[in-house]
Amino acid sequence: MGADPMLAGHIDLWVVLIVLLKVVVTFAFLMVAVMFMVWFERKVISDMQNRVGPNRAGPWGLLQTLADGIKLFFKEDLIPDKADRKVFQLAPYLSLVPAFLTFAVIPVGGDFTKKAGVVKMFTHHTFLQLADPPIGVLFILAMSGIAVYGIMLAGWSSGSKYPLLGSVRASAQMVSYEAALGLSVLTVVLVSGTLSTHGIVLGQSSVRNWNIVETGFIPFFIFLIAGTAETNRPPFDLVEAEQELVGGFNTEYSSIRFALFFLSEFMNTVTMSAIIVTLFLGGPQEIFHIPGPGWLLGMFWFFLKLFVFLFTFVWFRGTLPRLRYDQLMDFGWKALIPLSLAWLLLMSAVRLAKNEKWNLPLVIGICLVSLVACYTLLSAAISKSKANRELMEVK
Amino acid sequence: MGYLQGFAVTFSKLFKNTATGAVVTVQYPEEKRVKTERLHGRHVLNRYEDGMEKCIGCELCAGVCPAKCIYVRGADNDPVNPTSPGERFGFVYEINYLRCIHCDLCVEACPTEAITESKLFEFSFLNRQDAIYTKAELVVGDDGKPQQLPWEDWREGEDVHTSAWMRATSSSGNAAYSGQVGWSGELGYGVRAPEAGQPAEAAANELRDARAAAIAKAASAGHGTDSHGPGGHH
Repeated sequence: MGADPMLAGHIDLWVVLIVLLKVVVTFAFLMVAVMFMVWFERKVISDMQNRVGPNRAGPWGLLQTLADGIKLFFKEDLIPDKADRKVFQLAPYLSLVPAFLTFAVIPVGGDFTKKAGVVKMFTHHTFLQLADPPIGVLFILAMSGIAVYGIMLAGWSSGSKYPLLGSVRASAQMVSYEAALGLSVLTVVLVSGTLSTHGIVLGQSSVRNWNIVETGFIPFFIFLIAGTAETNRPPFDLVEAEQELVGGFNTEYSSIRFALFFLSEFMNTVTMSAIIVTLFLGGPQEIFHIPGPGWLLGMFWFFLKLFVFLFTFVWFRGTLPRLRYDQLMDFGWKALIPLSLAWLLLMSAVRLAKNEKWNLPLVIGICLVSLVACYTLLSAAISKSKANRELMEVK
Repeated sequence: MGYLQGFAVTFSKLFKNTATGAVVTVQYPEEKRVKTERLHGRHVLNRYEDGMEKCIGCELCAGVCPAKCIYVRGADNDPVNPTSPGERFGFVYEINYLRCIHCDLCVEACPTEAITESKLFEFSFLNRQDAIYTKAELVVGDDGKPQQLPWEDWREGEDVHTSAWMRATSSSGNAAYSGQVGWSGELGYGVRAPEAGQPAEAAANELRDARAAAIAKAASAGHGTDSHGPGGHH
C-alpha cells in the first residue's frame, strides 16, 4: 500500500487506530469544508453583486448551510412514478462517494521542509494523507470518471425529459473535458516521473520548480478550465442550466437525495481545488520559510493555496456568463484538446532531447513544424465539415 | 483582453467602502425603504369634511376591477339621516385582498374620489375571512384617518398619505394643470394641497424626450426610413 512508512512495517493496533482516525478526520473535514464552501460562495457572490448574502443563521450567516441541510432532511422524499427506482436511489451515492474518495489521496499537510512529508503521529511516522497509492493520479482520474455516472444515471432514471437532457449534456461535457484534463495531468506526470500524489508534491520543493513552472503554465490553465467544466461549475454549468432545463439532472430529486447531489457538487469543487494545488502548486510545500512546527506549517500552506482556488472558482461564477452548448463543445474539442496534445508533444520531445543529448533547437523546430502542419490540417477539416453541413442544410 | 476586465469589475465589488462596492440591500424588517408618494397600498373609503361618505354605490370600481376583487351594493339614502350627500350610498363594500393586485383602476374610475389607496402594504392575515375587508374596516374614522387593523403595520405619518394619487394634479401628466385643485375636501384634512414639483418634473420629462429624440434621430440616420417624432408620453 504505497510508500507510507507506517504501512511498510508491522501493522499493529496503533496503525489501525491511526488509519481510522485519519478516515474520520478527513470525512469531518470534508463535511465542514462543504458547509463553509456553500456559505463562502454565497457570501462572495453576494458581495460581487452588491448584496449582503446569508446573515441570519448564526454569526455572519455561518450556519445557513446547516439550516438548509436540516430543512432538506425533513422534506418529503419523492420518487416519480416513471422512475427506475433502484437506479434513482443509487445515483446520488454514485456522485457523492467518488467526491469523498478522491480527497483520500490528497496530501493535506506534512513536514516537507526537512522530513519529506513525514510526521510523527502517536507512535508511528506517517504521511498526513489518508492513502498514498502508487497510482494516485490514475485514481483521481478514475474517480472523476465514475462521478459522471452519478449525474448520468440520475437524469436517465428520473423518467422525465429535462433531467434526461441535463444528464446527456453532463455526460457529453464531462467526457470531452476529461480528455483535456487527463492530457494536462499527463504533462505533470511527465515532469514528476511518478503517479503517487505524495511523490508529485515531494518533487516541487521550491516555488521555482513547482509543476506550474516546470510544465510551462499552459497545462495549469487547461487544467483549471477543464476542472471547472468537470465539476459542472459556471461558466460550464449547462448541466443544471436553470433557465433551460428547470434544474437539470436533479430536477426530480428532493429531500436528502437532493442534498447529497448538492453536497457532492460542492465537495467536487473543494476536491478539484485540492487536486490543482497538489499537482501544480506544491501542495503543502511552503512558499517562503516561516519558523514553526513542520506539520502545522504544511497544513497552513495547503489550506492557504486551497483557499485561493476556492475563491477563484467563486470568482469565475460571479464574472462569467454561461457558455452556449456548441461553444462549450467547440472550446473543448477545437481549442483545449489540441492545445494540450500539442503541449504534451512539445514537453515530451524536449525532455527526450535533453535525456538523449540531441540538438534541442532542431527538435523544437521539428515539433513546431509538425504542430503547424497538424493545426492546418485540423482547421482545414473543420472548415470542410462546416461547408458540408451548410450544404446539407441548403438541401 | 475584454474577458479579464470583467474579473476586475467583480473583484472591485468586494470592497464595500467604495462607490462600486456599496451594498444596496436594505435589511427589511429592521430598516425600511422610504415609500414613494403615489404608492399603491391598502384602500380607504374617504369621507367629506362634514363626515358624509363619498361613496355613492355606483359600482364603477367593481366593474373596472381586473381582478374582480371588489363587491359593491348601493342603496337609497335615508332622507332624514343620509349616509352620503346624493341619492344613493355604498351599502355593502368589500375588497378581497387575496385577489387585489393594487392596480389603482378603481381609484381612477371613481367619480367622487371615494376610494383611494393608502401607502400601507404590510398587512398579513391568518385566515381568508380577514382578507376580505368590509366597509366598516375601509371607511376612514371620525378623525379622517384610516382604521388600523391588528395585523396591519402602519408607520409614523403614513395615515396622512391616503389619497396622493388624486393630487397628482392630472392623471394624464399634463403640466398645464399644475397646481390646480380639482378635488373635494376630506374629513380631517380639508382640501388638500396639490402635489409639489410638477414643473420640475415636466422639465425633466422634456429633457428626457429631447434625449430620446436625439437617440432616435441618430439611429434613424443609418436607416433613413424611420420617421418617429420627438415622441414621449402624453
